[in-house]
Amino acid sequence: MTTEELKNVTSNLVVDARGTACPGPLLAAKKAIGELESGEIMEILSADEGTKNDIPRWCEKVGHEYLGFYDEDSFSRLFLIKE
Amino acid sequence: MENTNEVTLQMLQKQVDVLTKKVGKLEKNRKDQLSIAVVSGDLDKVLAAMVISLAAAAMDTQVKLFFSFWSLSALRDPKKHPKGKDFISKMFGMMLPTGKDKLSLSNMNMGGMGPMMIKMLMKKQNVMSLGEMFKQAGELGVEITICEMSMGLMGFKAEEMIDYPHLRYAGAATFVADAGESAMQLFI
Repeated sequence: MTTEELKNVTSNLVVDARGTACPGPLLAAKKAIGELESGEIMEILSADEGTKNDIPRWCEKVGHEYLGFYDEDSFSRLFLIKE
Repeated sequence: MENTNEVTLQMLQKQVDVLTKKVGKLEKNRKDQLSIAVVSGDLDKVLAAMVISLAAAAMDTQVKLFFSFWSLSALRDPKKHPKGKDFISKMFGMMLPTGKDKLSLSNMNMGGMGPMMIKMLMKKQNVMSLGEMFKQAGELGVEITICEMSMGLMGFKAEEMIDYPHLRYAGAATFVADAGESAMQLFI
């Protein structure tokens, strides 16, 4: 998805993992995914650069659909659809 | 003609059976599982083992850690003081780090300055502490097996090890069996 499209996405759950470095954001996402129903959208806020690579790999492995990310001033927003 | 067909079908069925058996065996051989032999008791190396374990557990991979030799120091609980040790065990117990907060670095230890600086930097960079990592690992179901032989060698007692939800004691064969069915094996 393009940045414009992502900005229009309504997330069902926002996971704020800005206060933690690798592998914190991944752990936060993994813990929170259980709160969502299949097909719902999760948004992860992360200040850890590596998360941009880690979250898509996680999605690929466990079956969630990774939508993409866009950068804010000091962090990124990553989006995915729960399997 | 009909007879020939039947024979071919039977042969195919036989081959399918053989293949099913083989595939089953292969799948059993290579589980989505990570086995790590953690031998080093250095702060940096135990940290690496725990970060990799947490990432794997978060990715739904079963994680089995086998702690042996120097790494046992990381699993000691400083609040526990077991009784009835012989002289050499007591000496060893005094010389080895009492728990994960007392580990030294494999490089730039500088008499304890290095670990202090690393811990300060970790806090600043929002990296979880080793203690927090063990807590998370417990919640994610990471299994820890302590090498029974190393326990005896270092004179450690089960009573002085940390309380961890998935802890057991076993020998090298357990690691070999776990590692053999794991898709990933590491030695740290």
